[in-house]
Amino acid sequence: MRKTLSVLLTAAMATSMLVACGSSSTQATTTAAAPAETKAAETQAATTAAPAETVAEVTEAAKAAEANGETITVGFAQVGHESDWRTASTNSVQSALSKENGIDLQFVDCDNDSAAQLEAVRNFIQQGVDYIVIDPIVSTGWDTVLTEADDAGIPVIVIDRTIDDSDKYVSWVGSEFTNEGLAAGAWLKAYVADKGISEVNALVISGTTGSSAQIGRSNGFDKYVEEEKWNKIDEQTGDFTQEGGQKVMESYLKSYEGKFNVVVCQNDNEAFGAIDAMKAAGVSYGVDGDVIVISFDACTAGLQKVLAGEINADFQCNPLQGPDCLNIIKKLEAGETVDQKTFMAEPWYVAEDKLKDIAYTNNSGKEVTEPLVVVDQAVVDAAY
Amino acid sequence: MTGKLKTLTKNQLFLPFAMMVLVLLINLIKSPDFFAINIQNGVLYGRLIDILNRGSEIAILAVGQTLVVAVSAGTDISVGSVMSLTACGTCMLLAGYGVNSTTTLAVPLVVGLLFGLVLAMCCGAFNGFLVSKLNIQPMVATLILFTAARAIGLLLCNNQITYIRYEPYKYFGNFIPGCPVPTAIFITVVVVAIVMLFLKKTAMGLYIQSVGINKKAARISGLNSSNICFMCYLICGLCAGIAGIVASSRIYSADSNNIGRNYELDSILAVALGGNSLGGGRFNMAGSIIGAYTIQAITVTLLAMGVSTDQAPVVKAIIVVLIVTAQAPAFKAFLAERKAKKLVQENETQKKEAA
Repeated sequence: MRKTLSVLLTAAMATSMLVACGSSSTQATTTAAAPAETKAAETQAATTAAPAETVAEVTEAAKAAEANGETITVGFAQVGHESDWRTASTNSVQSALSKENGIDLQFVDCDNDSAAQLEAVRNFIQQGVDYIVIDPIVSTGWDTVLTEADDAGIPVIVIDRTIDDSDKYVSWVGSEFTNEGLAAGAWLKAYVADKGISEVNALVISGTTGSSAQIGRSNGFDKYVEEEKWNKIDEQTGDFTQEGGQKVMESYLKSYEGKFNVVVCQNDNEAFGAIDAMKAAGVSYGVDGDVIVISFDACTAGLQKVLAGEINADFQCNPLQGPDCLNIIKKLEAGETVDQKTFMAEPWYVAEDKLKDIAYTNNSGKEVTEPLVVVDQAVVDAAY
Repeated sequence: MTGKLKTLTKNQLFLPFAMMVLVLLINLIKSPDFFAINIQNGVLYGRLIDILNRGSEIAILAVGQTLVVAVSAGTDISVGSVMSLTACGTCMLLAGYGVNSTTTLAVPLVVGLLFGLVLAMCCGAFNGFLVSKLNIQPMVATLILFTAARAIGLLLCNNQITYIRYEPYKYFGNFIPGCPVPTAIFITVVVVAIVMLFLKKTAMGLYIQSVGINKKAARISGLNSSNICFMCYLICGLCAGIAGIVASSRIYSADSNNIGRNYELDSILAVALGGNSLGGGRFNMAGSIIGAYTIQAITVTLLAMGVSTDQAPVVKAIIVVLIVTAQAPAFKAFLAERKAKKLVQENETQKKEAA
């Protein structure tokens, strides 16, 4: 009996070790695109026509390159896999920088460990890849390693999050988080005016403190809080997680019962948690409720909540950086110069058909009027 | 009277309990409605309920952790990761591999839950095997699953958060319709009751204690030390599994990155706050459970006071340092010495007066 047990356990140990090894070094060469990824690419094609064309063009170019026997190797050091958003971002890059497009992608999931990420980038430099794509976990501490990449003559493309202490990268692709916050403020201003709500008492569940998404969204929204003399009752972090959103909302509900009419969650996962907490406490929210719910990210599940009228407005943070990355690589290969910054196209989604568009001064000081997209089933189906 | 008071303060449970009361009293002064419990939307509603509800995971983990600490003078640091693995395993099986969100289950709910718990017990057995049979230090042995379990869970879930949007799955972490008490509280009560009965009604508690004090001596006196040690790790794994299912059910998904993150530390802290020695041997299960709820009470207090969640760990650390110091043998000895000196002085002055 004891022998069998120990044999079994050893077997279990061996398998778990094997599995562990397989995952802890999540380094895998990306091959063909999975169905989900193809769908993501299609969505991108549907929403923004321009990158789609470039994809096609690059495919042509890749075919030519492949004919010459050249493949571009690209190392991609991704943050981790903490949310659906991140998964969509990973899928987008993987499907854009694919074999079909003449690129051999080395993907490393850094599991939110910034030391591991530096290590991964160093590895890429040693391997002598042609390009490095980084989604930096933290914004500082990059100078040394980026200088190494620069010395090795490897162009670095930064996506999503930013790098503050080094300018040794060729380009950055991502979202203008401050505009997302500003758009949320502008929408709320127009919405309360339309509804005839005179007083705004807002509770904010912010993202991970210090992340560029949190800073940008808070700054943008706070500008409206100040200008419109809204009452921001409290702001605590839910760490961009559903559990965090739920916990903070449970506490808010007890502290500020009946004293608030707006909840701003800085991502969809937090919004799901906050909604669950309000549901459990019997507080009415959403389109026909007492509390206006604002969220960011606009992932599929988030848009479903908008469709159901549980979230009033959802401000997208576009995770599909893949085609833009491909575009930059293609330009660099052709010897062209690239823009220092590429902002993703980001629609604003709302549940009700009342407001057509919002006007605000964006972060670069430009007066813009942007349309609001009313969510229907087609929008949800096309989301990432 | 003083004698009774003395036996009361001498009780191992006195300090942990007093600390928890103190934490709660601070709240009472700050906002009197902290203790208000009412029925809202058909369920119990209030901060105290939050503490009991949200503290469930730590309390369940603390049960297993106490046994592990007692029997092996070491800690199981894999419990948080095992929670995550259990959640992932359960959700993966319920949704079907690779499915990201589902409203219908691929297998019956019970099968999914049992699978998760079996996974957790395998982890416990693996840890137990390394510690009891191969005599690897507990910290090192459990470090393997601490790093690996979360990653295995991620593989099971195909690198994504798997949502189970099926009402009954939400019951374990939330409410069963028609029942005003959060289900997690029931689960905790059942787990604690079973383990307590097991320890009290069988000689197991005594066995664990003797193995923890001296493994060799226990063996010589006829106990199978390594089997007892193995069993404690197995129970600890199972507890982590139960906590994992509760945590997963709260958010009806398997968020492999975040479920159980840092819970291993909270569970060890709960054991320490309960006045248990991390050096193994004698243990007090009730102390650990009080410790677990004290941790949750501190968390809820800080949230209620609007301390920013980022700064909360600092305040939490200060409170924990105070509590641990108050219970430290060195500190107790210092107090006793001062008391003795005072008595001596008093005696001397009395003698002088008499003279």
